[in-house]
Amino acid sequence: MRNLLPALIVGVIFGAGLVLSDMVNPARVQAFLDVAGAWDPTMMFVMGAALLPSALAYLVHRRMQQPLLADQFFIPRNGPIDRPLLIGAALFGIGWGMAGFCPGPAVAGLVLGIWQVWLFVAAMLVGMILHRFANARFSKMSASAA
Amino acid sequence: MEPLSPLVAIAGGLLIGTAAAIFLLLTGRIAGVSGMTAVATRISSSGTPWSQAAAFVIGLPIGAALIAAFVRTPDVLITASPAVLIIAGLLVGVGTRLGNGCTSGHGVCGMARLSPRSIAATVTFMAAAILTVFVARHVIGG
Repeated sequence: MRNLLPALIVGVIFGAGLVLSDMVNPARVQAFLDVAGAWDPTMMFVMGAALLPSALAYLVHRRMQQPLLADQFFIPRNGPIDRPLLIGAALFGIGWGMAGFCPGPAVAGLVLGIWQVWLFVAAMLVGMILHRFANARFSKMSASAA
Repeated sequence: MEPLSPLVAIAGGLLIGTAAAIFLLLTGRIAGVSGMTAVATRISSSGTPWSQAAAFVIGLPIGAALIAAFVRTPDVLITASPAVLIIAGLLVGVGTRLGNGCTSGHGVCGMARLSPRSIAATVTFMAAAILTVFVARHVIGG
């Protein structure tokens, strides 16, 4: 319960940043990705600026026993660079390039009153559900094979 | 499309990074949008607890609305057809789950801590996206 308000406020700040930086505009994102066309550097500034506080917080966290509002840090362990990671990232990149939307701007953009954003988010959720079922089936198969 | 002032872009980026920083230092967790969206919609149950993920995901459009109402109404220019948006959405949904993250979790959070997995993922999705736009605009469309 004590983490609800901080999570909400963090979401608000995050969503504000996505709109202020124009990352909710697919044309802006695709113009950055279009290195052979009229290249737009905006996303480079956004990513660079976002990395600064994020990296600083990571350095600060190393000097802390625990987070301010929780009992422990949940930093993903550094596993191997495996096929699911690379195939997943490649599929995500293809979809991102096609539409100009990644999950953050798409979810934040739901409020802007554009039906295409809702269509994209709906398809994205279906994709997540498909992955869940495919994953469950695959785990069952490999369990019975073993 | 009008160019966006680099200062505004940097201000927006700082907000995004600050959000990720606060989230880590307060709750101890990574501010990854794809993962928390999956948890908030009950598609996944791993990672951030549901209530916290839901609060974060609800916050995103609230923050977007605040900036749109009081600072700057964004131009949202979508050139993709409905069919392309559906295919792209499916790919983004499957891909971010399979690859365990998107631009926020791998790009903003993972890169900041120099995680090899996140760097590999970010290089891969950036390359795939650049290649996709190149093919769409200069091979098929050109």
